[in-house]
Amino acid sequence: MTTQAKDEALPGKHPTTAGRKSDRELVVTRTFDAPARIVFEAWTTSDLLKRWWVPKSLGMSFLSCEIDARTGGTYRFVFAHPAAEQPMAFFGRYLEVAPPSRLVWTNEEGGEGGAITTVTFEEKDGRTLVVMSDLYPSKESLDEAIASGSTAEYDEAFAQLDALLA
Amino acid sequence: MTSRLDASFAALSDATRRGVLEQLGRKDSSITELADRFHMTLTGMKKHVGILEQAGLVATRKIGRVRTCRLGPRRLSEETAWLEQYHRLWAARFDELDKIVEGLKQKEKNDDHTGKG
Repeated sequence: MTTQAKDEALPGKHPTTAGRKSDRELVVTRTFDAPARIVFEAWTTSDLLKRWWVPKSLGMSFLSCEIDARTGGTYRFVFAHPAAEQPMAFFGRYLEVAPPSRLVWTNEEGGEGGAITTVTFEEKDGRTLVVMSDLYPSKESLDEAIASGSTAEYDEAFAQLDALLA
Repeated sequence: MTSRLDASFAALSDATRRGVLEQLGRKDSSITELADRFHMTLTGMKKHVGILEQAGLVATRKIGRVRTCRLGPRRLSEETAWLEQYHRLWAARFDELDKIVEGLKQKEKNDDHTGKG
């Protein structure tokens, strides 16, 4: 099954696509008007990633952002959200860091059902196509991720995103 | 399948339509009830319901003069809503990343001009 969403591109802005590519894989794509080494740098440098990973109006803010972008290195993002009593931590290991074309990391905050994220940076004519894939260990684990994210948080997330896009 | 899901994404892009889904998640309602609740004309609400129905998110049935609406296939609507949310999060992130990348590119250009770096 393939599902796909594409935003309406504004003039001069490249569209983001997102979809379920298979039973256990999600894929997001976007083109940037810059060489791959620049885009790669923004994914692997803490001071840069902090400025885009949590769009302001999402209501979340970084408490800390540790990135050791080497194969075998670890990352740890900690966020605060007004609606959450405890800070939220996201962490894992880099399985592969190959500048400026490929990044692979684990997502370990959720235990064993976590996805492996692979990001590729393909440069062509000064532009870079970013393809991000979240590969879950099984169909059940992706279904579980979808089910847990679509109940309680559904309305709140949409409210935040409405504020963001307003 | 894909075109049906595209229709779902379009259907979910509107705040009133998401409100209608939320309302129908609590109880089935007639078009008149929905129009009252969302302070809309019957015609306006019919249009919204039509879009939701086309996307398979809502099913309607006419009994006498009253058209009753209920949620369509629940499984599809949950996955579609989640994917829409996921898509919007990444679109928002990437718009921010675009600005960072543009700044870095500009900085590199300026450094070149001043003979630095």
